[in-house]
Amino acid sequence: MAQTAHDTHAHAAHAEHHDHGPQSFWSKYVFSTDHKIIGIQYGVTALMFLLFGFCLMLMMRWQIAYPGKAVPVVGTLLEKLLGEPAKGGVIAPDLYNVFGAMHGTIMVFLAIVPLAFAAFGHYVVPLMIGAPDMCFPRVNMASYQCYFLGGVIMLASFLIPGGAAQGGWTSYSPLATQIPTDGQTYWILGMVFLITSSLLGSVNFIATIIQLRAPGMTWMRLPFFVWAMFVTAFLLVLAFPPLEAAAVMQLMDKVFGTSFFLPEGLFVGGQPADHLSGGGSPLLWQHLFWFLAHPEVYVLILPGFGIIAEVIANNTRKPLYGYRALVYSVLSIGFLSFIVWAHHMYLTGMGTKISTFFQTTTMIISIPSVIVLTCMFISLWGGSIRFNVPMLFALAFLPMFGIGGLTGLPLGLSYVVLQLHDTYYVIAHFHYIVAPGTIFAIFAGIYYWFPKATGRMMNATLGKIHFWGSLIFMNLIFQPMFAQGMAGMHRRMYDGAATYSLANGQDVIGALSPGIIKMNINITHAAFGLLIFQIPFIWNFFHSIVKGKKVTGDNPWEATTLEWQAPTPPPHGNFAEAPHVYRGPYEYSVPGAAKDYTPQNQAP
Amino acid sequence: MTDSHGHDGHDGHDVQAAVRKYLFVFGALLVGTLLTVGMYYVHIPSVVITIIVALFIASIKASLVACYFMHLIDERKMIYSLLLATAFFFASMMVLLIWAMFDPPSLTLLPAYQGK
Amino acid sequence: MEIPYNVKSRPDTGLYNAKLGIWLFLASEVMLFGGLFTSYVVLRVNASAENWPHGLLNIPIGTFNTFVLIASSVTVVLGWAALKMNNFARYRKFQAITILCALGFLSIKSIEYSDKFTHYEIWFKDGHRQTGHIHQDGKKAWFWNTKTLAGAPAVKDAKGNVVKPASPPIAEFEFSPDATHYSDAAKHTKGEPAAAEHKESAHASGEHAAVKVKTADIKRLSAFVPAHSTYFAIYFTLTALHGLHVLIGAVVIAYIWGPGAKLWKTNPEQYVNRIEVSGLFWHFVDLVWIFLFPILYLL
Repeated sequence: MAQTAHDTHAHAAHAEHHDHGPQSFWSKYVFSTDHKIIGIQYGVTALMFLLFGFCLMLMMRWQIAYPGKAVPVVGTLLEKLLGEPAKGGVIAPDLYNVFGAMHGTIMVFLAIVPLAFAAFGHYVVPLMIGAPDMCFPRVNMASYQCYFLGGVIMLASFLIPGGAAQGGWTSYSPLATQIPTDGQTYWILGMVFLITSSLLGSVNFIATIIQLRAPGMTWMRLPFFVWAMFVTAFLLVLAFPPLEAAAVMQLMDKVFGTSFFLPEGLFVGGQPADHLSGGGSPLLWQHLFWFLAHPEVYVLILPGFGIIAEVIANNTRKPLYGYRALVYSVLSIGFLSFIVWAHHMYLTGMGTKISTFFQTTTMIISIPSVIVLTCMFISLWGGSIRFNVPMLFALAFLPMFGIGGLTGLPLGLSYVVLQLHDTYYVIAHFHYIVAPGTIFAIFAGIYYWFPKATGRMMNATLGKIHFWGSLIFMNLIFQPMFAQGMAGMHRRMYDGAATYSLANGQDVIGALSPGIIKMNINITHAAFGLLIFQIPFIWNFFHSIVKGKKVTGDNPWEATTLEWQAPTPPPHGNFAEAPHVYRGPYEYSVPGAAKDYTPQNQAP
Repeated sequence: MTDSHGHDGHDGHDVQAAVRKYLFVFGALLVGTLLTVGMYYVHIPSVVITIIVALFIASIKASLVACYFMHLIDERKMIYSLLLATAFFFASMMVLLIWAMFDPPSLTLLPAYQGK
Repeated sequence: MEIPYNVKSRPDTGLYNAKLGIWLFLASEVMLFGGLFTSYVVLRVNASAENWPHGLLNIPIGTFNTFVLIASSVTVVLGWAALKMNNFARYRKFQAITILCALGFLSIKSIEYSDKFTHYEIWFKDGHRQTGHIHQDGKKAWFWNTKTLAGAPAVKDAKGNVVKPASPPIAEFEFSPDATHYSDAAKHTKGEPAAAEHKESAHASGEHAAVKVKTADIKRLSAFVPAHSTYFAIYFTLTALHGLHVLIGAVVIAYIWGPGAKLWKTNPEQYVNRIEVSGLFWHFVDLVWIFLFPILYLL
């Protein structure tokens, strides 16, 4: 009897689904509960934000290279939109701070994480594990909607009087709450939506990976990408809530005049802040912030690892080297990433014992990261590599991430930080990880999975132009910053250290040489070069959706993982019949096999 | 249709045993609350002991709720590992954060503090 | 398309989807409240005793509210057990009590809140401090602070219409001080009778007769609102966040109890699952309060 009830229910659901046959545009693309549509929604929105964040950076770079000169092309538009802070098209110091804070916020929370984690995760993970959808499709839709709302709030805050948040993406109190404009309030509200969104998304991911693996898909048969997503989702579930708590407290500070993060005897603008109770702790914010923000660094990079692993295995036509080592490394990175956060705070007056603790854990966490990178390098050994566009990006990822990772090691030591803290060295270090690192992984992923999502290939020639241009200009942008940083150039000076070097002549210790300052101009030119080389990608992306070369089969890259065994593009519900898994994820070039790849669902 | 409601009689017997357990836990929670409040009115001279005892009682009450009302006493391994990880991260946040906040740099190492 | 294991448990994990989902959500909730509890410890250790005004809350009411919440947790689990035994009517009764308890808890909490919004502390320029109530035109004054005394010009909209009339500056007002100030307890050594006496007198019952207070003598005036001190900041943040959880839990339980009950007819197993999942959330809310009550009211 229970079975009957169950069946009727299933039939009802089925019929309901069929009623949606000629779905309207709204229910199919906007209020969709299909994980693939949600993934595409995330992807397209986040790509827009990526471009927007990049444009903010270009305007800042212009101001750094040519302080006080009107921004070319968009200067007048800027003045029309923002008024006084962009008078005559020149970026005022406050506006520079707005752009700086929002560049960081948008890139981290609205562009990279939604792209690398949400977009690829939503699209690929259920397909890879052989599931018909995610565990909670409606929660999934809500997750995207929260993300979208958060983005709208962040964008709207540019247009309010006084502009968006100016306190940096880290929003340190008391600075962030004592700036008299409302930008910070919008920032916090936007963050609350974004945090909710990633919470809903990642709970869904974990539940899906645990519950909806196809029969035979044991833990050690999961593609490495799924493992990376699994750990990333855990980081988001457990590290974001303390920041949400901190955001609530900062909102209270901003709106209700509490003093969670405000010490006693605070002076604001030269006046004692008598109306406040004081008694709070600015360091408390920093701790809670970095408790999220350090795991967030791994949220930025782990999906990148996952994508690169898939692309490398596929294009070397051999199994990934050290699959188990990779899995255990990524799990240890996840665990350790929660106990290294205070290495961002060595200069806050931490004691020697605790800073020794954090130095030690920071050095330890580099070990699994190096294991991951090494495994991927060794995977190349002896492979007959196909140099297609995704593989080019994957191959470039390895040394670029290597540079970013190794230059980060000195920053884990408190004595070195005395010199390097808050300099361009830090900027260069983490941009090497995120820009030619994660963003290259994202590009690799886009070129790799594009045929599955659209049924068409992206143009390879344009892809190669995009790749070489991006690789060269990325390095021209970030390599000189190491030199600037080691020379002591501070990262937050809105005029690119022009005033600073005027005040400190050549013979002063800590003075910046003209050569260092001149690098600003070179970097800015390289940044515009990078913009130009994104145009082939943008064109290629949209043009290929309608005009790209059609794929001839479901599996154009001849891959083993399950997403390539589904129809192209996969319909709602994914697989024609539920797949059964018989083997590990990377059975390439198995001796004696008929083809050089054996799909996971091929019966032995 | 009717027999599909819930479970059969065998299970029902277990449920009745469970109900007695729930009522017992309820009683224990009430007693724990009264003890904590009573301790406040009695005024133990040491603040430290008051805090330790109060938090100890609260922890016992919390574990009663978690074990019996939330059925953690016989839950699946998956949930245990999830909660273990959460407990680890919660503990590391609390301990490391408080340690970092109240471990000031050793100013006494500076010459000025050594009277030189 | 049917999502697998939405109702039935997956054999190897022994869980259905929603149960795993709610436990993951609760794990994140542990970290959310964990962040706030950690902040509580930091703020408390940072504060000097006379700036940590605990002991102003009404303990009997707080204790009663604790009982209300514990009772609601028991009725949830009894309701679930009744459904397991196929007794829908009994389940309805128990869950109705749960919802009533939730509403009762919130009402009592809001009375406690309003009590604080009308209770004041004055920091005088000569350094002494007093707590008490302010009366204006025979009524209790709400939400006053130092800025209220200075008065405010009228607020006009773009067309020049008065949105909020001007409030005149206040030179003098009527104040009924409490018998003792909360910081007295910190000055006494613990355990002396004076400290116990103070706890009782912190309430309106122990008020002195009303006096006139001159604005010119005042350095700072604040009701016991979040801005009063870090103690009240964390008190209101924690209890309001917890109250929000109670509210959401009550709405969900009420939905399943009322309009969502149709599911019992069509898919009883899924219905019982929903009771279990919402129950897990509810017990968690109870569990948070078990810690909140001692740290905010008693310690």
